[in-house]
Amino acid sequence: MTNQSTKTVLMVIAAWVALIALPSLGHADKITDFIVFASAYGLLAMGLNLLIGYTGLISFGHAMFFASGAYGFGALMQSGAFAVPVAFLLSIGITSAIALLVGAICVRLSEIYFAFLTLAFQMFFHSILLSWVEVTGGDNGLLGGIPTPVFFGVDLSNHTHLYVFCVTVTLISILIMHRIVNSPFGYTLRMIRDNERRAIYLGVNVFAIKLTCFVLSAVFSSVGGIIMALFVSGAYPDFAFWTTSGEAIFMVMLGGVTHFLGPLLGAVILTGLNDVVITYTDHYGLFLGSIILIFALVLRKGVLDFVQPHRKRSKTKTSAEGASHAET
Amino acid sequence: MELDALFSCLTSMSCLITQTTSGLIIGMLFFLVAAGLTLIFGVLGIVNFAHGAFYMAGAYFGYTIFQFTGSYAASVLGAGLGAAVLGVLFERFAIRRVYGENVLLQLLVCYGFVLVADDLVQIIWGSEYLSMGMPPAFRLPPFFVAGGVIPPFYVFIIGIAALIAAALWWLIERTQYGRIIRATSVNPTMVSALGIPTPLVYLSVFALGLFLAGLAGGLAAPIRALTPGMGFSVLIISFVITVIGGMGSVAGALVAALLIGLTRSFGSIGFPLFVDGMMYVLMGLVLVIKPTGLMGREEASRP
Repeated sequence: MTNQSTKTVLMVIAAWVALIALPSLGHADKITDFIVFASAYGLLAMGLNLLIGYTGLISFGHAMFFASGAYGFGALMQSGAFAVPVAFLLSIGITSAIALLVGAICVRLSEIYFAFLTLAFQMFFHSILLSWVEVTGGDNGLLGGIPTPVFFGVDLSNHTHLYVFCVTVTLISILIMHRIVNSPFGYTLRMIRDNERRAIYLGVNVFAIKLTCFVLSAVFSSVGGIIMALFVSGAYPDFAFWTTSGEAIFMVMLGGVTHFLGPLLGAVILTGLNDVVITYTDHYGLFLGSIILIFALVLRKGVLDFVQPHRKRSKTKTSAEGASHAET
Repeated sequence: MELDALFSCLTSMSCLITQTTSGLIIGMLFFLVAAGLTLIFGVLGIVNFAHGAFYMAGAYFGYTIFQFTGSYAASVLGAGLGAAVLGVLFERFAIRRVYGENVLLQLLVCYGFVLVADDLVQIIWGSEYLSMGMPPAFRLPPFFVAGGVIPPFYVFIIGIAALIAAALWWLIERTQYGRIIRATSVNPTMVSALGIPTPLVYLSVFALGLFLAGLAGGLAAPIRALTPGMGFSVLIISFVITVIGGMGSVAGALVAALLIGLTRSFGSIGFPLFVDGMMYVLMGLVLVIKPTGLMGREEASRP
């Protein structure tokens, strides 16, 4: 176990070094923009996968937490009363509180009810963002930029500092998530997914575990939102719109639910695809919708689902609820 | 909160009548959409996330038919049939492939369909708001009842929707076809063992549900602005209604739709900014007190 986690830490450090070195190869701005963008959505999707892949709970409302992170952080920074790290932690706290409330109502429900109830809460949240103009700026979102005073020598208005900060935060979040899914808690999540009744008979407090996972998942998604807010220096109601949740679910599926890094890969692929498509056509929905239909009706599996070792793949096939299985 | 306004409305006969009428029309239109949603869930075990797109399609079909024929009856009928035909194609080529698959794939198929449908509508009809206008037959002076204002068109819509509700009840409870779909919702294997082609039953229920959604879109076209994506809010509200009424229960959908309709119409006076919020509060209360919904059967909550 210790050996394993040392290896993971080393891999994360290697990834950090590689990502920091990457922009020096040329096209620096294009590459850094893409990586920051993809890591914001990657965290949203990976956070969501804690629920979908590991616990078998399909949240269709996770854009709510993406937006609560972005708006919480943006509004706190605009108030001018907080340093970046404080606002960062406070906005995570705000998201946790919202997630605790929503989760307490939702996690008792079976899958389709859960999916639609989270969706309904997200639309409610979206309507609050639109109508609470004094805090959220209504339709326009948080305008006028998000001020980022220098902290510990880090100046987030500097492009390079921002890039390093975002990459670091993303990798640390991924490391924490990796620890979570490989902890006894993570294995309890898989047990609940595979056989909830057995978990209950073994004395697991399923409600508490699911709720904890819901809050954790929301927190990581909101960190993605904070990165997004920093990157665009604002927050927009679209962050909380249902299409953002839909895209996040598609990222998870596209990359592969059965793999820890699947959702991240899905986010990278979809973000890259978006960049290409938007330059060629206005009819983004038609294009994305067709891709999704082809994916869901023909491929049915994410990229990393195909590269699983044979042993695990056949195991997934035999179980009835196939695609919601995650192995690491 | 403008609770004073709400209170003075509740004590004034004219306001009470106006708001009740508008609550009824909102409720009855939502009932048509929610009835299809709940029927499809009850029989096929699928939540048709694309239901709103068929409502939208119905409204646009109705709009175009009305432009060409000038007949509101033809436009409403065409709206329903058009949505049903689209539904048959959607079932045949997409939904049929994910029956019994996990919910994630079902949601994804519907999500992809909604994106494509919204964009196609934008390509065909443009992205600006369209307004069909009131059909000439209904350009009549409103009725005045005890000081309340009731447009004749509202009376017509409420009447038609009530007729459809009665027909639906008769179809499900009193006909051979109704017995078959009720049996299929309980035990499809047994039904198919008795020699009834269940895939056809599924297809017909799907088409029936979308016929109702298209009909609602066509009926509502004269009083709603048409825009790509208009189906989504309708879907969310219909879903709230099916949860409150109990998934799979058509009668529950009727009660819940009227409840939501009245909540929205009186809420727009008493707490205009919290109308949507009130709806979710109602849903939350129902889920906490009776998770199967007002009239849901125990089986309705099966996974």
